[in-house]
Amino acid sequence: MSPKPATIAELARDYREGRARASDVIARTMDAIERSEPGLNAFVSTRRDKAMDEARAADAAFDEGRPVGTLAGIPIAVKDNMHIRGEPTTCASRILENYVPPYHSTAVDRLRSAGAIVVGKTNMDEFAMGSSTENSAFSPTRNPRDPERVPGGSSGGSAAAVAAGLVPAALGSDTGGSIRQPASFCGVVGLKPTYGRVSRYGLVAFGSSLDQIGPLTGSVADTARILQAIAGFDPLDSTSADVPAPDWIRELDAPVQGTKVGVPKEYFADGMDAGVAERVRAGIDRLEGLGCRIEELSLPHTEFAVATYYLICTAEASSNLARYDGVRYGLRAGGDTLQSMYRRTRMAGFGPEVKRRILLGTYALSAGYYDAYYLKAQKVRTLILEDFRKAFERVDLLVTPTTPTPAFRIGENIDDPLAMYLNDIFTTTCNLAGLPGVSVPCGRIGRLPVGMQLIGKHFDEGAVLRAAHHFEQAGGFDG
Amino acid sequence: MSVSTVRYETVIGLECHAQLRTRSKLFCSCSTAFGQAPNLNTCPVCLGLPGALPVLNRDAVVLAVRAGLALNCTIHPVSQWSRKNYFYPDLPKGYQISQYDRPFAENGHLDIEVGGETRRVRIQRIHMEEDAGKSLHEGFPGSDRHTHIDLNRSGTPLIEIVTHPDLRSAEESQEYLTRLKEILEYIDVCDGNMEEGSLRCDANVSIREPGAELGTRTELKNLNSIRFLGAAIEHEAERQAGVVEGGGRVVQETRLWNSADERTVSMRSKEEAHDYRYFPEPDLPLLVVDEPWVGELRGTLAELPAARRRRFVGEHGLSAYDAGVLTSTRALADYFESVVELCGHAKDAANWIMGDLLRLVKDDEIDLKDLSEIRLRPEMLAAMIAMIDAGTISGKIGKTVIEAMYRSGQSPESIVETQGLRQISDTGEIEKIVDAIIDANPGPAAQVRSGKAGTIGWFVGQVMKATEGRANPKSVNELLRKKLAG
Ligand SMILES: [Zn+2]
Repeated sequence: MSPKPATIAELARDYREGRARASDVIARTMDAIERSEPGLNAFVSTRRDKAMDEARAADAAFDEGRPVGTLAGIPIAVKDNMHIRGEPTTCASRILENYVPPYHSTAVDRLRSAGAIVVGKTNMDEFAMGSSTENSAFSPTRNPRDPERVPGGSSGGSAAAVAAGLVPAALGSDTGGSIRQPASFCGVVGLKPTYGRVSRYGLVAFGSSLDQIGPLTGSVADTARILQAIAGFDPLDSTSADVPAPDWIRELDAPVQGTKVGVPKEYFADGMDAGVAERVRAGIDRLEGLGCRIEELSLPHTEFAVATYYLICTAEASSNLARYDGVRYGLRAGGDTLQSMYRRTRMAGFGPEVKRRILLGTYALSAGYYDAYYLKAQKVRTLILEDFRKAFERVDLLVTPTTPTPAFRIGENIDDPLAMYLNDIFTTTCNLAGLPGVSVPCGRIGRLPVGMQLIGKHFDEGAVLRAAHHFEQAGGFDG
Repeated sequence: MSVSTVRYETVIGLECHAQLRTRSKLFCSCSTAFGQAPNLNTCPVCLGLPGALPVLNRDAVVLAVRAGLALNCTIHPVSQWSRKNYFYPDLPKGYQISQYDRPFAENGHLDIEVGGETRRVRIQRIHMEEDAGKSLHEGFPGSDRHTHIDLNRSGTPLIEIVTHPDLRSAEESQEYLTRLKEILEYIDVCDGNMEEGSLRCDANVSIREPGAELGTRTELKNLNSIRFLGAAIEHEAERQAGVVEGGGRVVQETRLWNSADERTVSMRSKEEAHDYRYFPEPDLPLLVVDEPWVGELRGTLAELPAARRRRFVGEHGLSAYDAGVLTSTRALADYFESVVELCGHAKDAANWIMGDLLRLVKDDEIDLKDLSEIRLRPEMLAAMIAMIDAGTISGKIGKTVIEAMYRSGQSPESIVETQGLRQISDTGEIEKIVDAIIDANPGPAAQVRSGKAGTIGWFVGQVMKATEGRANPKSVNELLRKKLAG
């Protein structure tokens, strides 16, 4: 493990004071990424030449004293399901292996407008479907804390790149825990913002009503910096919210004394790893030590969350992935008829987990099953949201474990989809309810990090980040 | 008379797709212009590229709601977008964004007149949706081996107007479609062009013995003219009657009208029908059309053709036939009313427009919708009618003047001046001409004087000829009568 990598704040200061040059930092970053492959396999593609050009431009701006963005010269990794115009987006799928989008995703565009330099696109579960990054068509990513273990998923490449110290920050996407779970497994900070806080334009859709882009970083302050750059209304995304973005960085240091933190008892149920429970309990004690008022409460519909989540996300996915038909772009496997071309293309192009979810979702939406599955799931979703609404009448934040276990071994759950799906047991509720949630490291079991999740009210990322920041300041992440 | 029309009653419901006249598409800013090079009017959204998202065009909602109001529908304050999922090469997302269980408008009606009776056709619902692209099977290099896809039309805004099965004949169905087309054109919602596909119609047809339960229906597609709609319904009713008479049963299926063969052919059966797996579109919020907005749109709704026809009869004293002709397009009705407003002579205005103007326009193959574009402005026609009324020119000369105005765009005054068309009303001047003609034709003059009154017309003609039609015919008649009195 390399020495503790520089944060965004440290790098920005070094640039400002002329003690570092972006071209050196980017060159070192590219070298480090190259050395880390193929063992780590955090990246699907890197963009050394373009990143170096951008770094030299940043250096020139610094040299000439021109105004620069808040993230000028900062190396950042981006999950390979967000577009950079003219550069490949694969979604770690054979079907998009050679796909080059003709337009930018809003989030990446905003990041780059703030001066960030994208060094590469990170590995992921194919189309963001998975909890281990083993579903990548381009072989799995390993966990930098323990190479025998998975980094989590689906944003496993982004979490691994940050945990390995290759970049101070990465973008991920979170549909049912895909930022927070890998952050937890890799021992980094991962935030899923409120649904609608960050534009989804240019993010390849998995579950449209659940997907949200967010940062993975080494510190809470860096998460706030990235969020600041990417958040805000986008006229190109009708589900993006026209809600003002506060100054999250400045608000980090506001006091947390008296913050009411609820502990939902359903998140500490049987079957959870005892070590995880113990470290999260210790984390809660640390919050109490900071002056937070802890109270136990109940979110009674939690037990239905995983089933609800998998009905809704697969239904939406079955429709979202219909466009990969071999007609206009992406892989096309020939065929004698239109039907056989469709069939052969999708057979060859999609991996087994993607096919499983398309089938599940197609089934859930089929005539005669819609009411029992999709519609029922939507009703339960409303009940889950209602649980949270009631809880937030009493408390400001909720605290839970991020995952029931630490990182599992590569291959351990690959043949057991249900065990794999249960990894999402504590994270899907945030997506179903559209709430912001952050995972912060709260100790280790041996080498393996444990994550603690803080959930806030809609559009109250401020409270979530503030509590997480104070938590980090009070005892570090290895606590 | 055929079997079907004797024994069976035909029951028809229509589903009409109308393209909304917006400048841009329903969910992106691409142009809706027709006839562009293939795939020119496209972007990531209407190409269905990964990661692209729809953004609703408010103009389309305005037009859709206007149609809903004109068809007497309830406009729902909240409606919902849904995805209709199916695979087709010219459907780039693999689903069409449409409205399903929560359409924006329901429970309307359209009154039609058939055989002198008014029939109310109930409209079940109107929903908005995006159009798909086009599969081109010929006309390109390699068309023998490949199908080409043009996505210019992908994402074009449509409304689908669905009636109850209230129609009972091909004639009624044609009348409904004629009136619907007229209304949509009138309120500027759709250009009504059936050849270009701006207005398309599918028909659900079944037969039954009068009073019996509804029979099994077939859906007829590809009816791209009002004539084909009528022909297809008649043929299908015949076909179904034949099936039933032969002891068979009508199968629920979709049939395609083949206009060359004048028959319908089976396209797919009920068993082969798609399961569209509709579900709410997660990329779009609910469609909210609140009461103040509906009120505002109601206020801007143009007077509908039926109401205007009634007003033309009541207010302007026109015959029902004339009122029907003059309201056949909004531009024509507007033209007529402008002329009337300026000259005050509704019947004269109607006669000049229906007689001379429509003939000129028709000869030049100008679409009546484009009447506001012609050189002959309403104020010019009004001025000409006033000149006739004042005796400045004769009605006969008017025919010359109107054509000259139509061709040149010059005012009637300047045409009359430059061409010397002013009527001769000076009786002294006319008398000289009359005397000269009588003197030159002693034979005919003697005949008239002897009591053969019929030939006075011949003298009138001679005078008009001598004055190139400019002599006031009343004065000519009076003078001739006096001078040729027995
Ligand atoms: Zn477009």
